[in-house]
Amino acid sequence: MKIIVCIKQVPARDSQLRVASSGAWIQAADLSYEINEPDAYALEEGLQLKEKHGGEVVVLCAGPARAAQTIREALAKGADRAIHIEEENIGAFDPLGAARLLAAALAPEKPDLVLTGLQSDDLGYGQTGVILAELLGLPHATIIMQVEKQNGSIRVKRELEDGWFQHVEMPLPALLTIQSGINKLRYATLMGIKKAKNKEMRAVTAAALGVSAASGSIQLSRVYLPGRSKQTQLFEGPPKECAAKLVEKLKFEARVI
Amino acid sequence: MSILVVMEQRAVQGPPAWSRMSWETLAAGQQLARELQQPVSAAVLGQGVENLAAELTGKKLDRAYLVEHELLKDYTPDTYATAVRQLVEKTQASIVLFPHTYQVRDFLPKLATALGRVAVSDVVAHRIEDGKLVLVRQLFQGKLNVDVRFTGEPPYFASLQAGAYRADQLEAGSAPLEKFTPQLSPSRIKPLDLFREAARAVDLTAAEIIVSVGRGIKEADNIPIVQKLADALGAELAASRPICDSGWLPMERQVGSSGQTVAPKMYLAVGISGAIQHLVGMKGSKTIVAINKDANAPIFEVADYGIVGDLFQVVPALVEEIKKAKR
Repeated sequence: MKIIVCIKQVPARDSQLRVASSGAWIQAADLSYEINEPDAYALEEGLQLKEKHGGEVVVLCAGPARAAQTIREALAKGADRAIHIEEENIGAFDPLGAARLLAAALAPEKPDLVLTGLQSDDLGYGQTGVILAELLGLPHATIIMQVEKQNGSIRVKRELEDGWFQHVEMPLPALLTIQSGINKLRYATLMGIKKAKNKEMRAVTAAALGVSAASGSIQLSRVYLPGRSKQTQLFEGPPKECAAKLVEKLKFEARVI
Repeated sequence: MSILVVMEQRAVQGPPAWSRMSWETLAAGQQLARELQQPVSAAVLGQGVENLAAELTGKKLDRAYLVEHELLKDYTPDTYATAVRQLVEKTQASIVLFPHTYQVRDFLPKLATALGRVAVSDVVAHRIEDGKLVLVRQLFQGKLNVDVRFTGEPPYFASLQAGAYRADQLEAGSAPLEKFTPQLSPSRIKPLDLFREAARAVDLTAAEIIVSVGRGIKEADNIPIVQKLADALGAELAASRPICDSGWLPMERQVGSSGQTVAPKMYLAVGISGAIQHLVGMKGSKTIVAINKDANAPIFEVADYGIVGDLFQVVPALVEEIKKAKR
């Protein structure tokens, strides 16, 4: 089974986010980056399916030069090779534009299965996978918690709201968006890291794929801190003092202790 | 120019019933209709949903659409995307609104792509500027907001976050019913059984006080730190999704959109940043307390009391103070 896993590099989870003076995006200077967490689960699912059924796992990532680090880490975890759509200004692409980039790089590979995370931790549209399926003409299912390969088809467990699930079956090739927690993430081994250095990492540009950001249909105009809807009493300072103040409030004001 | 609200019904247990979020979306549609001076209609898709459509005719709407087809009985993204596309083409709606449910997440991007558009997903608010619609959505799991504008030609698609609009502001009225039968072919995707995992052993909804732990706890070995806090308060211990995903606490202790929805007397969130998926599961709590090192964490937006600080120092201090107060 040939599996393509689409991954994205996003600012690390515990980043202190500051809005850039232009208001268009966040200050990029002091950020560190990592793999988008749901994509890490998609990668792990791809690796486990390969271990069970044989085949190949190809990692596909659109992003600036710095994304190469995240791609290397995916190779170190066990992906066989990678395609890096090198695009410095990936933020200029709306979800349809970004999916067009991925589709153009992915289509000639003729995969049996395409996996993505269910959403990104930065923009959080939760749409790229489904758009990609539509562009490629593939059947899809989203927010997947289990994948079983059958003869020429797959049976998956889709997460619904309120603790409900549904089994869904579809023919291959297909696209799935993977939910965090579907599996247990592995760490790269020393051997894996060493091997990754010699694995193929092919770089292509957006221009070479014939996709531009120009035809976008939505525009992000201003990024800002959300306002508070509630009057929050915030305590800062030495932990012991904060704890004492809080307990007094909880006892005499909220009356919950 | 008109607005169309696509309602959601599900037949999870028993006959088809509304997804409650649909009413919030309908209220938002009515509000937009007033602000933009456009008519608003609503649609329900399915098979055997006449009674739901009849309910829609009792609302202040231009039209209530009943979109019925045997291939819409069980949801698939193929049939739903095609049916809504045909309805949008027929009605020439310029703004099409959906509740941001798991089902909508599954078919709306497909529908928008088929029409060469991008849907604005998970909208939390809107405003009108120079007669144009500006949508607000969240970035970085709720840490920042962003204003989004549509640039091309309509139709414009958007899905609205749970709780962003109020269903109690829905206006009653009388709307004519119009039936629409889409042209559908069977989907490649075969929906099978709907099910719930084994009965929950822990009923968090019965707890008066809940201490809930998130990613800030860093590793499984640190869980006893918050367990001590729960013990001191006589509380149940709960967690955000990543903690259960990692297996540090069982799934049945998860609070949020995919876990349990709770509304205790006090909810104490430790090291939880407050992504929307978590907030929807606990924001109805009477008193909310948050401990987080990041003063801008979205959890503080819903908190009544908060301590900005390192939980590894704050929580033990809090345990001491609670013990003193209870003496």
